[in-house]
Amino acid sequence: MHKLLNDRPGERMLLLGNEAIARGAIEAGVAFTSTYPGTPSSELSLNFFQMSRESDLHFEYCTNEKVALEVSAGAAACGVRSMAVMKHVGLNVAADALMTLAYVGVKGGMVILTADDPAMFSSQNEQDNRYYAKLSGLPMLEPSSVEEAHRIVADAFDISEQLQEPVLMRTTTRINHSSGVIDLGKIRPRRTQGSFAKDPLNLVTVPAVSRKLHVKLLQNIEKARELSEASPLNRLEGDGPWGIICNGVSYNYVKDAVAELGLAGKSRILRIGFTHPLPARKITEFLKGCEKVLVVEEGEPFLEEGVKAFAQEAGLTLPIRGKAPELFSRLYEFDPGMVRRVVGSYFGVAWSARAPVDLSDVPPIPQRPPTLCAGCSHRATYYEVRKAAEELGVETIYPSDIGCYTLGLLPPLSMADYLICMGSSTGTAGGFSKVSGRKVVSFIGDSTFFHSGIPGLINAVFNQHDFTLVILDNGTTAMTGHQPHPGVDMSQLKMEGFGRISIEAVVRALGVPHVTVIKPYKVKKSIDAVKEALQFKGVSVIIAQELCVLYAASLKLPRRKPFHVSEKCQNHRVCMSRLACPAFYVWNDRIKIDATLCTGCALCAQICPENAILPVKDEKK
Amino acid sequence: MDTKRLVMVAVGGQGNLLASSVLGEAALLSGVPMRMSEIHGMAQRGGVVESALIFGDAYSTIISDGDADVLVGFEPAETLRALGKCNERSVVITNLAPLMPFTVNIGQGVYPDLKKLQELIRAKTARLIAFNATALAREAGNVLSVNMVLLGALTQTGVLPFSVENVKTAMQRKTKAAFLEANIKAFDLGFAAAQAA
Repeated sequence: MHKLLNDRPGERMLLLGNEAIARGAIEAGVAFTSTYPGTPSSELSLNFFQMSRESDLHFEYCTNEKVALEVSAGAAACGVRSMAVMKHVGLNVAADALMTLAYVGVKGGMVILTADDPAMFSSQNEQDNRYYAKLSGLPMLEPSSVEEAHRIVADAFDISEQLQEPVLMRTTTRINHSSGVIDLGKIRPRRTQGSFAKDPLNLVTVPAVSRKLHVKLLQNIEKARELSEASPLNRLEGDGPWGIICNGVSYNYVKDAVAELGLAGKSRILRIGFTHPLPARKITEFLKGCEKVLVVEEGEPFLEEGVKAFAQEAGLTLPIRGKAPELFSRLYEFDPGMVRRVVGSYFGVAWSARAPVDLSDVPPIPQRPPTLCAGCSHRATYYEVRKAAEELGVETIYPSDIGCYTLGLLPPLSMADYLICMGSSTGTAGGFSKVSGRKVVSFIGDSTFFHSGIPGLINAVFNQHDFTLVILDNGTTAMTGHQPHPGVDMSQLKMEGFGRISIEAVVRALGVPHVTVIKPYKVKKSIDAVKEALQFKGVSVIIAQELCVLYAASLKLPRRKPFHVSEKCQNHRVCMSRLACPAFYVWNDRIKIDATLCTGCALCAQICPENAILPVKDEKK
Repeated sequence: MDTKRLVMVAVGGQGNLLASSVLGEAALLSGVPMRMSEIHGMAQRGGVVESALIFGDAYSTIISDGDADVLVGFEPAETLRALGKCNERSVVITNLAPLMPFTVNIGQGVYPDLKKLQELIRAKTARLIAFNATALAREAGNVLSVNMVLLGALTQTGVLPFSVENVKTAMQRKTKAAFLEANIKAFDLGFAAAQAA
């Protein structure tokens, strides 16, 4: 049985934040779940997926976040408790649905989890999704710890059902990827089937209906504000003239700072966990008891601006500070030491213990950026495209997209020139090709193609753009941990009950005039095919098919023999300078191949000018 | 209880996260409050994996520069890179077997000299325990048990409030049965290496 389906309340378990949230949802009786995977939320959906295979929990990997939100909204409209999970930028994709779902509301509880990524450990931006609560008018809850993340899910469902509208739950990477000890609670029975009551004058958002629904939404915000005023999630701790208002993980750093700086008795903390709507009366009362206030929040001055507005309305003139050059930044994530330093300096309390060691005489350490795996087929495709462009003598621009293949931006591959968001490779290519006078070759992964690459390609066919789109089809959503997508052969995973959409059939159906499928480990054939596509005037698509090496290993597919560098090597180092596969290393000024890392893709063997790279011979023979 | 802060750094694939999970289990077994965090989005792509483990009464799940009581490095250059987490009273444990970053292979940067690296760490911190954990893992019968070798050394320092029995029971619960014997041997070799250091 999946460990999160354990029905022994009171047991304690060390859980990852994402596991704790999944468990919290199960305890709250969630019956319908959906996602598009994205770090730092990926393990949350993975656990739903696993549990759905052995229980009546419904889970879907969806084509994108908008669809994920919509399927869950449909279930919630029928009274079924549902949850849509996504990373912060995923909510941008789902925002169109979100904004009007806020008008329409739900019958069963619906929680939308947004996992924000301050400091951008694995994201293209660090937007602060608290503003989505303000923009949509929906309630938002924010836990400070893994333990609280586990408990808060049930609150979110209850509030959602009480107000008949979705509730946003916001986490940050340091909640999702931290672990804590969880006391398991009782699992509320899942109600997997609901019923739909037709009510078009409240559910079909034509202008006349929406004008009425907006009134209801504004009334709901006031009801939510009363809940926020009374909620223990917005709680006062300690007593003293110095006030600290904080949320999320910043609360932890504040608590540790207060203990280490000896501020107990001198300070009071208002921890905001019900972030929208803010509890105006509670905050105003808090301010009245303070001489000065510091707002501690990662990201944007969301709380700070709210608090200052409440102070103005109440005619309070005490100093309230947060974001400032000498205090907190809007950039990146906070850490305990930084919060301790700022809290100390703002309130004039010195702290000097535990100075970091002096690193001024430490030599520079070579970087270790993440890189494409040994044997990754993207490396082969990138080499082939570059080689084809070189041989044709064409100048190129390479718009890229979001996935493992973005790692191809680093030298020596250097195969990414422009990236803004999921699916942007197909849209931006049109602009580049119209005005740059250069050959544009865009790259997109298979999962990303389904997510949001298709509309850009349709646009290109309709507007007769001139570029080549390379779809790097490695048969899985590799970057986030090998989740399925609509093109995945689920029978390989021994799973039934799924359809399968052929990327090639989609591309041909869109009327793309030049479509080629290549096997990137076949270097010469692939280069020829790429050359043909590059010379084609109009939209051409190359589908590079080869399973992700890590995925293939997890499927226990037969391994290819590793290669070694034989005595024929003349030390040209073309393999290293063009491919830099992590299986290569230098030993006594010669390139060697680590046989434990080599997957036998034979890419290097095919480009070696001396044909010096050969399969390792079987020892038994 | 006193708060103890442990930073563990490794290269993706070295088993840092399993080591964290063993320590988490050991904390659960011994009733020690524990929180931890990890950055592992790119772990399988050869990047650096960093875990922060905080034992005792603290709320934070990450560790700031200068705040670590112990730093365990699975790879010498990564230990040096994370040295800013330490203060002059910190204990540092490091594997001495390098894993060459591909940036060095393509001529971007020079790998630090191992002797100089140890001198630097020793001069700046309270204690350095440095040995070839990869060789000991191989000796234990599983080259992938570097993590368990280092857990042995960590347990020997006594900085964390766990007995050898606690950690071994946690290993039994969290590692695959087929590897347990080699893992226990690796742990013992690491423990002895730290004793001798």
